[in-house]
Amino acid sequence: MKILVPVKRVPDPTQKAKIKDGHIDLTGASWIVNTFDEYAIETALRLVENGADNTRTAGAEIVVVSLGPDEAAKELRTCLAMGADRAIHVVCSDAEIDALVVVKVLQSIIAAEKPDVVIMGKQAVDGDANQVGQMLAAKLGWPQATFAASIELSADKQALTVGREVDGGVEYKKVPLKSVVTVDLRIVGARAVVNGVTPASHNYSGEGARLPSLKGIMAAKKKPMAQQKLADHGAQPTPMIKELSVVLPPPRAAGQIVADIPTLVKKLADEAKVL
Amino acid sequence: MGNVLAFCEFSGQQLRSSALSNLAFARLAAQAHGGEVVALLIGAGAAAAGPEAAKYAPKVVVVDDGGLAHYLAETYAPIVAEVAKAQGATLIAATATSTGKDLAPRVAALLDAGMASDVAKLEGKDTFMRPILAGNAYSTVQVTTPIIVVTPRQSEFEAAAPLAAPGTVASAAAGAVNALGAEFVRLDAQKSDRPDLSDAKVVVSGGRGMKNGENFKVLEQLADLLGAAMGASRAATDAGMVPADWQVGQTGKIVAPNLYFAVAISGAIQHLAGMKGSKTIVAINKNKDEPIFQVADYGIVAEWEKAVPELIAEIKKLKATR
Repeated sequence: MKILVPVKRVPDPTQKAKIKDGHIDLTGASWIVNTFDEYAIETALRLVENGADNTRTAGAEIVVVSLGPDEAAKELRTCLAMGADRAIHVVCSDAEIDALVVVKVLQSIIAAEKPDVVIMGKQAVDGDANQVGQMLAAKLGWPQATFAASIELSADKQALTVGREVDGGVEYKKVPLKSVVTVDLRIVGARAVVNGVTPASHNYSGEGARLPSLKGIMAAKKKPMAQQKLADHGAQPTPMIKELSVVLPPPRAAGQIVADIPTLVKKLADEAKVL
Repeated sequence: MGNVLAFCEFSGQQLRSSALSNLAFARLAAQAHGGEVVALLIGAGAAAAGPEAAKYAPKVVVVDDGGLAHYLAETYAPIVAEVAKAQGATLIAATATSTGKDLAPRVAALLDAGMASDVAKLEGKDTFMRPILAGNAYSTVQVTTPIIVVTPRQSEFEAAAPLAAPGTVASAAAGAVNALGAEFVRLDAQKSDRPDLSDAKVVVSGGRGMKNGENFKVLEQLADLLGAAMGASRAATDAGMVPADWQVGQTGKIVAPNLYFAVAISGAIQHLAGMKGSKTIVAINKNKDEPIFQVADYGIVAEWEKAVPELIAEIKKLKATR
Protein backbone atom coordinates (compact mmCIF):
# COMPACT_ATOMS: atom_id res chain seq x y z
CA MET A 1 0.00 0.00 0.00
CA LYS A 2 1.27 3.45 -0.91
CA ILE A 3 0.17 6.25 1.41
CA LEU A 4 0.61 9.95 0.77
CA VAL A 5 0.69 12.18 3.85
CA PRO A 6 0.54 15.95 3.31
CA VAL A 7 2.00 17.84 6.28
CA LYS A 8 2.26 21.48 7.31
CA ARG A 9 4.81 23.18 9.50
CA VAL A 10 3.13 25.40 12.08
CA PRO A 11 4.36 27.70 14.83
CA ASP A 12 4.55 25.82 18.12
CA PRO A 13 1.07 26.39 19.60
CA THR A 14 2.44 26.67 23.13
CA GLN A 15 4.02 30.04 22.23
CA LYS A 16 2.08 33.12 23.16
CA ALA A 17 0.51 34.88 20.16
CA LYS A 18 2.01 38.32 19.47
CA ILE A 19 0.82 40.91 16.96
CA LYS A 20 3.04 43.13 14.82
CA ASP A 21 1.69 45.47 12.12
CA GLY A 22 -1.74 43.87 12.31
CA HIS A 23 -0.59 40.29 11.77
CA ILE A 24 0.80 37.48 13.91
CA ASP A 25 4.46 38.16 14.68
CA LEU A 26 6.44 35.00 13.96
CA THR A 27 9.90 36.51 14.51
CA GLY A 28 11.93 33.97 16.43
CA ALA A 29 9.04 31.51 16.56
CA SER A 30 9.84 27.82 16.90
CA TRP A 31 8.14 25.52 14.42
CA ILE A 32 6.80 21.98 14.57
CA VAL A 33 5.01 19.45 12.38
CA ASN A 34 1.28 20.20 12.75
CA THR A 35 0.13 17.88 15.53
CA PHE A 36 -2.71 16.35 13.53
CA ASP A 37 -0.34 15.71 10.60
CA GLU A 38 2.09 14.01 12.98
CA TYR A 39 -0.83 11.79 13.99
CA ALA A 40 -1.48 11.13 10.29
CA ILE A 41 2.11 9.87 9.87
CA GLU A 42 1.64 7.68 12.94
CA THR A 43 -1.61 6.34 11.43
CA ALA A 44 0.09 5.61 8.10
CA LEU A 45 2.91 3.76 9.87
CA ARG A 46 0.46 1.69 11.92
CA LEU A 47 -1.40 0.74 8.74
CA VAL A 48 1.70 -0.74 7.09
CA GLU A 49 3.62 -2.31 9.96
CA ASN A 50 3.38 -5.14 12.40
CA GLY A 51 3.32 -3.10 15.59
CA ALA A 52 4.48 -6.07 17.67
CA ASP A 53 7.80 -6.66 15.88
CA ASN A 54 8.22 -3.37 13.96
CA THR A 55 8.41 -5.07 10.53
CA ARG A 56 6.99 -3.31 7.50
CA THR A 57 4.48 -4.86 5.06
CA ALA A 58 6.28 -5.71 1.81
CA GLY A 59 5.79 -3.06 -0.87
CA ALA A 60 4.46 -0.44 1.52
CA GLU A 61 5.55 3.13 0.97
CA ILE A 62 4.82 6.37 2.82
CA VAL A 63 5.45 9.64 0.99
CA VAL A 64 5.26 12.96 2.85
CA VAL A 65 4.57 16.24 1.08
CA SER A 66 4.82 19.78 2.35
CA LEU A 67 4.37 23.22 0.82
CA GLY A 68 6.42 25.81 2.61
CA PRO A 69 9.63 27.83 2.76
CA ASP A 70 13.15 26.34 2.72
CA GLU A 71 12.99 25.94 6.50
CA ALA A 72 10.09 23.47 6.18
CA ALA A 73 12.68 20.86 5.11
CA LYS A 74 13.40 20.43 8.82
CA GLU A 75 9.83 19.30 9.56
CA LEU A 76 9.91 16.95 6.54
CA ARG A 77 13.11 15.39 7.96
CA THR A 78 11.25 14.85 11.23
CA CYS A 79 8.57 12.90 9.33
CA LEU A 80 11.26 10.83 7.60
CA ALA A 81 12.88 10.15 10.96
CA MET A 82 9.54 8.88 12.26
CA GLY A 83 9.54 6.32 9.46
CA ALA A 84 8.20 7.89 6.25
CA ASP A 85 10.18 6.75 3.21
CA ARG A 86 10.53 9.83 1.05
CA ALA A 87 9.58 13.49 0.99
CA ILE A 88 8.45 16.03 -1.57
CA HIS A 89 9.06 19.66 -0.67
CA VAL A 90 7.23 22.23 -2.77
CA VAL A 91 9.16 25.36 -1.91
CA CYS A 92 7.06 28.52 -1.60
CA SER A 93 6.38 31.25 0.93
CA ASP A 94 3.36 30.99 3.18
CA ALA A 95 2.01 34.22 1.66
CA GLU A 96 1.83 32.60 -1.78
CA ILE A 97 -0.60 29.85 -0.84
CA ASP A 98 -4.07 29.28 0.52
CA ALA A 99 -6.21 26.13 0.73
CA LEU A 100 -7.11 26.24 -2.99
CA VAL A 101 -3.46 26.55 -4.07
CA VAL A 102 -2.43 23.72 -1.74
CA VAL A 103 -5.20 21.51 -3.14
CA LYS A 104 -4.14 22.22 -6.73
CA VAL A 105 -0.54 21.23 -5.98
CA LEU A 106 -1.54 18.09 -4.05
CA GLN A 107 -3.86 17.05 -6.86
CA SER A 108 -0.98 17.29 -9.31
CA ILE A 109 1.37 15.35 -7.02
CA ILE A 110 -1.25 12.63 -6.53
CA ALA A 111 -1.70 12.30 -10.30
CA ALA A 112 2.03 11.59 -10.53
CA GLU A 113 2.48 9.48 -7.38
CA LYS A 114 -0.75 7.46 -7.60
CA PRO A 115 -1.07 6.65 -3.88
CA ASP A 116 -3.72 4.18 -2.65
CA VAL A 117 -4.84 6.52 0.08
CA VAL A 118 -4.16 10.04 1.36
CA ILE A 119 -4.01 10.39 5.14
CA MET A 120 -3.68 13.83 6.71
CA GLY A 121 -4.53 15.85 9.79
CA LYS A 122 -8.09 17.16 10.02
CA GLN A 123 -6.82 20.70 10.44
CA ALA A 124 -3.69 22.75 11.00
CA VAL A 125 -3.45 24.10 14.52
CA ASP A 126 -2.49 27.60 13.34
CA GLY A 127 -5.25 28.43 10.84
CA ASP A 128 -7.75 25.93 12.28
CA ALA A 129 -9.53 25.91 8.89
CA ASN A 130 -10.17 22.21 8.33
CA GLN A 131 -10.60 22.43 4.55
CA VAL A 132 -7.81 20.83 2.53
CA GLY A 133 -8.70 17.13 2.98
CA GLN A 134 -12.30 17.55 1.89
CA MET A 135 -11.40 19.90 -0.97
CA LEU A 136 -8.75 17.51 -2.21
CA ALA A 137 -11.16 14.55 -2.14
CA ALA A 138 -13.70 16.56 -4.16
CA LYS A 139 -11.11 17.58 -6.76
CA LEU A 140 -9.89 13.99 -7.12
CA GLY A 141 -13.45 12.64 -7.28
CA TRP A 142 -12.53 10.39 -4.32
CA PRO A 143 -14.59 9.57 -1.25
CA GLN A 144 -13.57 11.08 2.08
CA ALA A 145 -13.59 10.01 5.71
CA THR A 146 -12.96 13.02 7.94
CA PHE A 147 -12.31 13.26 11.70
CA ALA A 148 -11.13 9.65 11.95
CA ALA A 149 -10.85 8.29 15.50
CA SER A 150 -10.32 4.70 14.30
CA ILE A 151 -9.43 2.93 11.05
CA GLU A 152 -9.80 -0.71 10.14
CA LEU A 153 -8.33 -2.07 6.91
CA SER A 154 -10.61 -4.69 5.33
CA ALA A 155 -9.41 -8.30 4.97
CA ASP A 156 -9.06 -7.89 1.20
CA LYS A 157 -7.09 -4.65 1.82
CA GLN A 158 -9.34 -2.76 -0.57
CA ALA A 159 -11.41 -0.68 1.87
CA LEU A 160 -11.21 1.21 5.16
CA THR A 161 -13.89 1.36 7.83
CA VAL A 162 -13.42 4.64 9.62
CA GLY A 163 -14.89 5.59 13.01
CA ARG A 164 -15.68 9.30 12.73
CA GLU A 165 -16.32 11.51 15.73
CA VAL A 166 -19.50 13.37 14.90
CA ASP A 167 -21.91 15.46 16.99
CA GLY A 168 -23.86 12.97 19.06
CA GLY A 169 -21.70 9.86 18.68
CA VAL A 170 -19.36 7.90 16.46
CA GLU A 171 -20.29 7.27 12.83
CA TYR A 172 -18.75 4.33 10.99
CA LYS A 173 -18.17 4.95 7.32
CA LYS A 174 -16.66 2.54 4.82
CA VAL A 175 -14.63 3.94 1.96
CA PRO A 176 -12.80 2.08 -0.81
CA LEU A 177 -9.10 2.78 -1.36
CA LYS A 178 -8.34 5.81 -3.45
CA SER A 179 -9.82 7.92 -0.70
CA VAL A 180 -8.83 10.78 1.60
CA VAL A 181 -8.84 10.23 5.37
CA THR A 182 -8.37 13.10 7.84
CA VAL A 183 -7.48 12.13 11.38
CA ASP A 184 -8.66 13.39 14.76
CA LEU A 185 -6.92 13.17 18.14
CA ARG A 186 -8.02 9.73 19.22
CA ILE A 187 -6.56 8.01 16.15
CA VAL A 188 -3.41 7.51 18.22
CA GLY A 189 -5.27 5.43 20.82
CA ALA A 190 -3.81 2.06 21.81
CA ARG A 191 -5.86 0.03 19.31
CA ALA A 192 -7.35 2.69 17.02
CA VAL A 193 -5.69 1.37 13.85
CA VAL A 194 -6.39 -2.22 12.81
CA ASN A 195 -4.50 -3.54 9.77
CA GLY A 196 -4.92 -7.32 10.05
CA VAL A 197 -1.16 -7.75 10.57
CA THR A 198 -0.49 -6.29 13.99
CA PRO A 199 -1.78 -8.82 16.58
CA ALA A 200 -5.11 -7.79 18.12
CA SER A 201 -3.48 -8.08 21.53
CA HIS A 202 -0.87 -5.42 20.73
CA ASN A 203 -1.32 -2.08 22.41
CA TYR A 204 0.35 1.04 21.11
CA SER A 205 1.33 3.52 23.80
CA GLY A 206 -1.72 5.69 23.13
CA GLU A 207 0.33 8.73 24.13
CA GLY A 208 0.45 10.36 20.72
CA ALA A 209 2.73 9.98 17.71
CA ARG A 210 6.05 8.12 18.10
CA LEU A 211 9.20 10.14 18.65
CA PRO A 212 11.93 9.68 16.05
CA SER A 213 14.54 7.21 17.28
CA LEU A 214 18.25 7.98 16.98
CA LYS A 215 18.45 5.29 14.29
CA GLY A 216 15.49 6.92 12.54
CA ILE A 217 17.16 10.32 12.64
CA MET A 218 20.35 8.91 11.12
CA ALA A 219 18.38 7.03 8.44
CA ALA A 220 16.34 10.15 7.59
CA LYS A 221 19.48 11.99 6.47
CA LYS A 222 19.86 9.54 3.59
CA LYS A 223 16.20 9.37 2.57
CA PRO A 224 15.27 11.19 -0.67
CA MET A 225 13.68 14.64 -0.51
CA ALA A 226 12.60 16.11 -3.87
CA GLN A 227 12.45 19.90 -4.20
CA GLN A 228 9.77 21.28 -6.47
CA LYS A 229 8.08 24.59 -7.26
CA LEU A 230 4.45 25.71 -7.44
CA ALA A 231 4.89 26.18 -11.20
CA ASP A 232 5.89 22.51 -11.57
CA HIS A 233 2.28 21.77 -10.66
CA GLY A 234 0.63 24.50 -12.70
CA ALA A 235 -0.18 26.52 -9.59
CA GLN A 236 0.07 30.32 -9.36
CA PRO A 237 1.24 32.09 -6.20
CA THR A 238 -2.05 34.01 -6.05
CA PRO A 239 -4.13 33.15 -2.99
CA MET A 240 -7.85 34.00 -3.24
CA ILE A 241 -8.12 34.36 0.53
CA LYS A 242 -6.43 37.42 1.98
CA GLU A 243 -5.77 38.01 5.64
CA LEU A 244 -6.59 41.67 6.24
CA SER A 245 -5.72 41.87 9.92
CA VAL A 246 -5.34 39.89 13.12
CA VAL A 247 -6.26 41.03 16.62
CA LEU A 248 -5.94 39.40 20.00
CA PRO A 249 -9.23 38.83 21.80
CA PRO A 250 -9.93 41.24 24.64
CA PRO A 251 -8.91 39.67 27.95
CA ARG A 252 -11.77 38.61 30.20
CA ALA A 253 -12.36 40.91 33.13
CA ALA A 254 -10.66 39.61 36.25
CA GLY A 255 -12.83 37.22 38.19
CA GLN A 256 -13.15 36.75 41.91
CA ILE A 257 -12.42 33.90 44.26
CA VAL A 258 -15.47 33.42 46.45
CA ALA A 259 -15.16 32.11 49.98
CA ASP A 260 -17.77 29.39 50.05
CA ILE A 261 -20.58 27.69 48.19
CA PRO A 262 -23.49 29.66 49.72
CA THR A 263 -21.77 32.90 48.63
CA LEU A 264 -21.25 31.47 45.15
CA VAL A 265 -24.90 30.52 44.75
CA LYS A 266 -26.00 33.93 46.01
CA LYS A 267 -23.71 35.69 43.52
CA LEU A 268 -24.84 33.48 40.63
CA ALA A 269 -28.46 34.25 41.48
CA ASP A 270 -28.26 37.97 42.34
CA GLU A 271 -25.15 39.35 40.63
CA ALA A 272 -24.72 37.25 37.45
CA LYS A 273 -28.45 36.41 37.34
CA VAL A 274 -27.84 33.01 35.83
CA LEU A 275 -29.58 30.80 38.38
CA MET B 1 -26.41 40.83 -6.35
CA GLY B 2 -26.62 37.25 -5.34
CA ASN B 3 -28.59 34.95 -3.13
CA VAL B 4 -27.42 33.15 -0.02
CA LEU B 5 -27.94 29.41 0.14
CA ALA B 6 -28.26 28.12 3.71
CA PHE B 7 -27.78 24.36 4.13
CA CYS B 8 -30.11 23.43 6.99
CA GLU B 9 -29.94 20.29 9.12
CA PHE B 10 -33.24 18.91 10.34
CA SER B 11 -34.70 16.06 12.33
CA GLY B 12 -38.13 14.81 11.35
CA GLN B 13 -40.29 17.87 10.75
CA GLN B 14 -38.10 20.17 12.84
CA LEU B 15 -35.05 22.22 11.98
CA ARG B 16 -32.06 21.60 14.21
CA SER B 17 -30.97 24.53 16.38
CA SER B 18 -27.80 24.71 14.28
CA ALA B 19 -29.96 25.47 11.23
CA LEU B 20 -31.59 28.43 12.98
CA SER B 21 -28.17 29.95 13.72
CA ASN B 22 -27.20 29.38 10.10
CA LEU B 23 -30.35 31.16 8.92
CA ALA B 24 -29.52 34.11 11.20
CA PHE B 25 -26.06 34.32 9.61
CA ALA B 26 -27.61 33.87 6.14
CA ARG B 27 -29.93 36.87 6.68
CA LEU B 28 -26.96 39.11 7.46
CA ALA B 29 -25.11 37.76 4.43
CA ALA B 30 -28.15 38.19 2.14
CA GLN B 31 -28.37 41.87 3.10
CA ALA B 32 -24.70 42.30 2.23
CA HIS B 33 -25.15 40.42 -1.06
CA GLY B 34 -28.37 42.23 -2.00
CA GLY B 35 -30.22 38.95 -2.45
CA GLU B 36 -32.47 36.66 -0.49
CA VAL B 37 -32.02 33.63 1.73
CA VAL B 38 -32.70 30.24 0.16
CA ALA B 39 -32.85 27.41 2.71
CA LEU B 40 -31.76 24.01 1.42
CA LEU B 41 -32.91 20.74 2.99
CA ILE B 42 -31.43 17.49 1.68
CA GLY B 43 -32.23 13.89 2.60
CA ALA B 44 -34.83 11.14 2.47
CA GLY B 45 -37.85 12.70 4.22
CA ALA B 46 -36.61 16.28 3.82
CA ALA B 47 -39.98 17.39 2.42
CA ALA B 48 -41.54 16.90 5.85
CA ALA B 49 -39.39 19.69 7.31
CA GLY B 50 -39.98 22.08 4.38
CA PRO B 51 -42.93 23.93 5.96
CA GLU B 52 -40.97 24.49 9.18
CA ALA B 53 -38.03 25.91 7.21
CA ALA B 54 -40.42 28.21 5.31
CA LYS B 55 -41.24 29.94 8.61
CA TYR B 56 -37.67 31.28 8.58
CA ALA B 57 -36.71 31.66 4.93
CA PRO B 58 -38.51 33.36 2.02
CA LYS B 59 -37.59 30.43 -0.20
CA VAL B 60 -36.97 26.79 0.65
CA VAL B 61 -35.59 24.14 -1.70
CA VAL B 62 -36.12 20.53 -0.69
CA VAL B 63 -34.19 17.64 -2.24
CA ASP B 64 -35.97 14.52 -1.00
CA ASP B 65 -34.75 11.24 -2.49
CA GLY B 66 -34.74 7.66 -1.24
CA GLY B 67 -31.07 7.41 -2.20
CA LEU B 68 -30.24 9.99 0.47
CA ALA B 69 -31.24 7.98 3.55
CA HIS B 70 -27.94 8.77 5.28
CA TYR B 71 -25.80 11.85 5.08
CA LEU B 72 -22.70 11.32 2.95
CA ALA B 73 -20.49 14.20 1.81
CA GLU B 74 -20.04 12.40 -1.52
CA THR B 75 -23.77 12.49 -2.38
CA TYR B 76 -24.71 15.77 -0.68
CA ALA B 77 -21.91 18.02 -1.96
CA PRO B 78 -22.85 17.83 -5.68
CA ILE B 79 -26.47 18.58 -4.78
CA VAL B 80 -25.53 21.67 -2.77
CA ALA B 81 -23.30 22.84 -5.64
CA GLU B 82 -26.03 22.30 -8.25
CA VAL B 83 -28.73 24.04 -6.21
CA ALA B 84 -26.33 26.92 -5.51
CA LYS B 85 -25.85 27.43 -9.25
CA ALA B 86 -29.57 27.08 -10.01
CA GLN B 87 -30.48 29.60 -7.29
CA GLY B 88 -27.85 32.17 -8.27
CA ALA B 89 -26.12 31.90 -4.90
CA THR B 90 -22.97 33.95 -4.34
CA LEU B 91 -22.58 32.69 -0.77
CA ILE B 92 -23.25 29.24 0.65
CA ALA B 93 -23.49 28.80 4.42
CA ALA B 94 -23.51 25.64 6.52
CA THR B 95 -23.20 25.76 10.31
CA ALA B 96 -19.86 24.48 11.63
CA THR B 97 -21.34 21.24 12.97
CA SER B 98 -19.59 17.96 12.27
CA THR B 99 -21.76 17.64 9.16
CA GLY B 100 -21.20 21.23 8.02
CA LYS B 101 -17.44 20.93 8.51
CA ASP B 102 -17.35 17.68 6.52
CA LEU B 103 -19.56 18.95 3.71
CA ALA B 104 -18.77 22.64 3.13
CA PRO B 105 -15.14 22.33 1.92
CA ARG B 106 -16.21 19.61 -0.52
CA VAL B 107 -18.87 21.95 -1.90
CA ALA B 108 -16.34 24.79 -2.10
CA ALA B 109 -13.94 22.69 -4.17
CA LEU B 110 -16.71 21.68 -6.59
CA LEU B 111 -17.42 25.39 -7.18
CA ASP B 112 -13.79 26.63 -7.04
CA ALA B 113 -15.00 28.76 -4.16
CA GLY B 114 -12.82 30.17 -1.41
CA MET B 115 -13.98 29.29 2.06
CA ALA B 116 -13.98 30.91 5.49
CA SER B 117 -14.32 28.34 8.29
CA ASP B 118 -15.76 28.81 11.79
CA VAL B 119 -16.85 32.36 11.17
CA ALA B 120 -17.66 34.44 14.25
CA LYS B 121 -18.70 37.66 12.51
CA LEU B 122 -19.70 38.96 9.11
CA GLU B 123 -17.81 42.18 8.41
CA GLY B 124 -18.83 42.72 4.79
CA LYS B 125 -20.10 40.72 1.82
CA ASP B 126 -16.76 38.93 1.40
CA THR B 127 -15.05 39.73 4.69
CA PHE B 128 -15.29 37.60 7.82
CA MET B 129 -13.79 37.45 11.28
CA ARG B 130 -12.76 34.02 12.49
CA PRO B 131 -10.73 32.61 15.37
CA ILE B 132 -7.27 31.18 14.66
CA LEU B 133 -4.58 29.64 16.90
CA ALA B 134 -7.17 27.87 19.07
CA GLY B 135 -9.06 31.11 19.63
CA ASN B 136 -5.97 32.98 20.84
CA ALA B 137 -6.34 35.44 17.97
CA TYR B 138 -9.04 36.61 15.57
CA SER B 139 -8.26 36.95 11.89
CA THR B 140 -10.25 39.06 9.44
CA VAL B 141 -10.15 37.45 6.00
CA GLN B 142 -11.38 38.55 2.60
CA VAL B 143 -12.47 35.82 0.20
CA THR B 144 -12.11 37.02 -3.39
CA THR B 145 -13.71 34.17 -5.37
CA PRO B 146 -17.04 34.81 -7.19
CA ILE B 147 -18.76 32.27 -4.93
CA ILE B 148 -17.92 32.09 -1.22
CA VAL B 149 -18.50 29.21 1.21
CA VAL B 150 -18.80 29.94 4.92
CA THR B 151 -19.28 27.79 8.02
CA PRO B 152 -20.61 30.13 10.73
CA ARG B 153 -20.18 29.11 14.34
CA GLN B 154 -23.45 28.24 16.00
CA SER B 155 -22.38 29.83 19.29
CA GLU B 156 -21.87 33.23 17.62
CA PHE B 157 -25.26 33.65 15.93
CA GLU B 158 -28.54 33.71 17.85
CA ALA B 159 -31.32 31.57 16.38
CA ALA B 160 -33.27 33.35 13.61
CA ALA B 161 -36.76 34.57 14.52
CA PRO B 162 -39.69 33.48 12.31
CA LEU B 163 -40.64 35.70 9.36
CA ALA B 164 -43.87 37.72 9.39
CA ALA B 165 -45.18 35.55 6.55
CA PRO B 166 -43.84 32.11 5.65
CA GLY B 167 -41.85 31.59 2.45
CA THR B 168 -42.43 29.21 -0.43
CA VAL B 169 -41.25 25.61 -0.68
CA ALA B 170 -40.02 24.13 -3.95
CA SER B 171 -38.50 20.76 -4.58
CA ALA B 172 -35.51 19.95 -6.74
CA ALA B 173 -34.36 16.62 -8.15
CA ALA B 174 -31.36 14.90 -6.60
CA GLY B 175 -29.96 13.92 -9.99
CA ALA B 176 -27.71 10.87 -10.14
CA VAL B 177 -26.84 9.95 -6.55
CA ASN B 178 -23.29 8.55 -6.57
CA ALA B 179 -21.54 7.82 -3.26
CA LEU B 180 -18.24 6.97 -5.07
CA GLY B 181 -18.17 3.66 -3.20
CA ALA B 182 -18.56 5.20 0.27
CA GLU B 183 -21.11 3.61 2.60
CA PHE B 184 -22.69 4.65 5.86
CA VAL B 185 -22.21 1.65 8.17
CA ARG B 186 -23.76 2.73 11.46
CA LEU B 187 -24.00 5.48 14.05
CA ASP B 188 -23.18 4.64 17.65
CA ALA B 189 -25.28 7.41 19.15
CA GLN B 190 -24.71 8.78 22.62
CA LYS B 191 -28.26 8.71 23.90
CA SER B 192 -29.07 11.43 26.35
CA ASP B 193 -32.12 13.29 27.61
CA ARG B 194 -29.95 16.30 28.28
CA PRO B 195 -29.83 19.27 25.90
CA ASP B 196 -27.31 19.40 23.06
CA LEU B 197 -23.91 20.52 24.29
CA SER B 198 -23.66 22.98 21.39
CA ASP B 199 -26.69 25.05 22.35
CA ALA B 200 -27.27 24.34 26.05
CA LYS B 201 -27.85 27.37 28.30
CA VAL B 202 -25.86 25.74 31.09
CA VAL B 203 -22.89 23.36 30.76
CA VAL B 204 -21.27 21.33 33.54
CA SER B 205 -17.78 20.08 32.59
CA GLY B 206 -15.35 17.87 34.44
CA GLY B 207 -11.64 17.35 33.92
CA ARG B 208 -8.74 15.11 34.78
CA GLY B 209 -9.21 15.77 38.49
CA MET B 210 -12.50 13.82 38.45
CA LYS B 211 -10.23 10.74 38.34
CA ASN B 212 -12.76 8.28 36.85
CA GLY B 213 -16.06 8.05 35.02
CA GLU B 214 -17.99 6.96 38.12
CA ASN B 215 -17.15 10.29 39.76
CA PHE B 216 -18.89 12.17 36.95
CA LYS B 217 -22.23 10.99 38.40
CA VAL B 218 -22.21 13.84 40.89
CA LEU B 219 -21.64 16.32 38.05
CA GLU B 220 -24.53 14.74 36.18
CA GLN B 221 -26.73 15.35 39.24
CA LEU B 222 -25.74 19.00 39.14
CA ALA B 223 -26.39 19.10 35.38
CA ASP B 224 -29.84 17.54 35.72
CA LEU B 225 -30.75 19.95 38.50
CA LEU B 226 -29.96 22.86 36.15
CA GLY B 227 -31.18 21.33 32.87
CA ALA B 228 -27.57 21.49 31.73
CA ALA B 229 -25.53 19.59 29.15
CA MET B 230 -22.48 17.61 30.24
CA GLY B 231 -19.02 18.50 28.97
CA ALA B 232 -15.46 17.46 29.68
CA SER B 233 -11.86 18.42 29.05
CA ARG B 234 -9.71 16.51 26.61
CA ALA B 235 -7.84 14.95 29.53
CA ALA B 236 -11.07 13.36 30.76
CA THR B 237 -12.26 12.13 27.36
CA ASP B 238 -8.81 10.84 26.39
CA ALA B 239 -8.66 8.90 29.65
CA GLY B 240 -11.97 7.27 28.66
CA MET B 241 -13.83 8.63 31.71
CA VAL B 242 -16.65 9.98 29.56
CA PRO B 243 -17.71 9.82 25.86
CA ALA B 244 -15.51 11.59 23.33
CA ASP B 245 -18.35 13.80 22.13
CA TRP B 246 -18.48 15.52 25.52
CA GLN B 247 -15.16 17.16 24.77
CA VAL B 248 -15.16 20.95 24.90
CA GLY B 249 -12.19 22.63 23.26
CA GLN B 250 -10.31 23.53 20.12
CA THR B 251 -10.87 20.09 18.65
CA GLY B 252 -14.13 19.32 20.44
CA LYS B 253 -17.28 21.39 20.78
CA ILE B 254 -17.23 25.17 20.94
CA VAL B 255 -19.78 26.30 23.53
CA ALA B 256 -20.99 29.67 24.75
CA PRO B 257 -23.66 29.02 27.38
CA ASN B 258 -24.95 31.54 29.91
CA LEU B 259 -23.34 29.53 32.68
CA TYR B 260 -20.34 27.19 32.45
CA PHE B 261 -19.06 25.10 35.35
CA ALA B 262 -15.45 23.90 35.03
CA VAL B 263 -14.90 21.31 37.73
CA ALA B 264 -11.42 19.86 38.35
CA ILE B 265 -10.26 21.31 35.01
CA SER B 266 -6.84 22.97 34.93
CA GLY B 267 -7.67 25.21 31.97
CA ALA B 268 -5.30 24.26 29.15
CA ILE B 269 -5.35 26.64 26.15
CA GLN B 270 -6.99 23.87 24.16
CA HIS B 271 -9.95 23.72 26.57
CA LEU B 272 -10.25 27.49 27.04
CA ALA B 273 -10.59 27.84 23.25
CA GLY B 274 -13.86 25.93 23.48
CA MET B 275 -15.55 27.72 26.37
CA LYS B 276 -14.18 31.19 26.97
CA GLY B 277 -17.11 32.73 25.10
CA SER B 278 -19.40 31.62 27.97
CA LYS B 279 -21.17 34.51 29.68
CA THR B 280 -20.48 33.39 33.25
CA ILE B 281 -17.76 30.90 34.12
CA VAL B 282 -17.48 29.15 37.47
CA ALA B 283 -14.31 27.21 38.27
CA ILE B 284 -14.00 24.69 41.07
CA ASN B 285 -10.47 23.46 41.61
CA LYS B 286 -8.39 22.58 44.63
CA ASN B 287 -5.30 24.31 43.21
CA LYS B 288 -5.62 28.09 43.27
CA ASP B 289 -2.81 28.51 40.71
CA GLU B 290 -4.56 26.70 37.86
CA PRO B 291 -5.03 28.86 34.73
CA ILE B 292 -8.78 28.19 34.75
CA PHE B 293 -9.11 30.81 37.51
CA GLN B 294 -7.85 33.48 35.10
CA VAL B 295 -10.90 33.15 32.88
CA ALA B 296 -13.42 32.31 35.60
CA ASP B 297 -15.84 34.95 36.81
CA TYR B 298 -16.24 33.07 40.08
CA GLY B 299 -13.71 30.67 41.53
CA ILE B 300 -14.03 28.21 44.38
CA VAL B 301 -10.75 26.83 45.68
CA ALA B 302 -11.85 23.48 47.07
CA GLU B 303 -11.92 19.78 46.33
CA TRP B 304 -14.83 18.86 44.08
CA GLU B 305 -15.71 15.94 46.37
CA LYS B 306 -16.81 18.47 48.96
CA ALA B 307 -17.80 21.48 46.84
CA VAL B 308 -20.11 19.86 44.28
CA PRO B 309 -22.50 18.08 46.70
CA GLU B 310 -22.66 21.30 48.71
CA LEU B 311 -23.40 23.25 45.53
CA ILE B 312 -26.21 20.84 44.65
CA ALA B 313 -27.73 21.20 48.12
CA GLU B 314 -27.47 24.97 48.03
CA ILE B 315 -29.09 25.26 44.58
CA LYS B 316 -31.91 22.98 45.74
CA LYS B 317 -32.41 25.31 48.71
CA LEU B 318 -32.53 28.32 46.39
CA LYS B 319 -35.05 26.61 44.10
CA ALA B 320 -37.24 25.71 47.07
CA THR B 321 -37.56 29.40 47.97
CA ARG B 322 -38.87 30.35 44.52
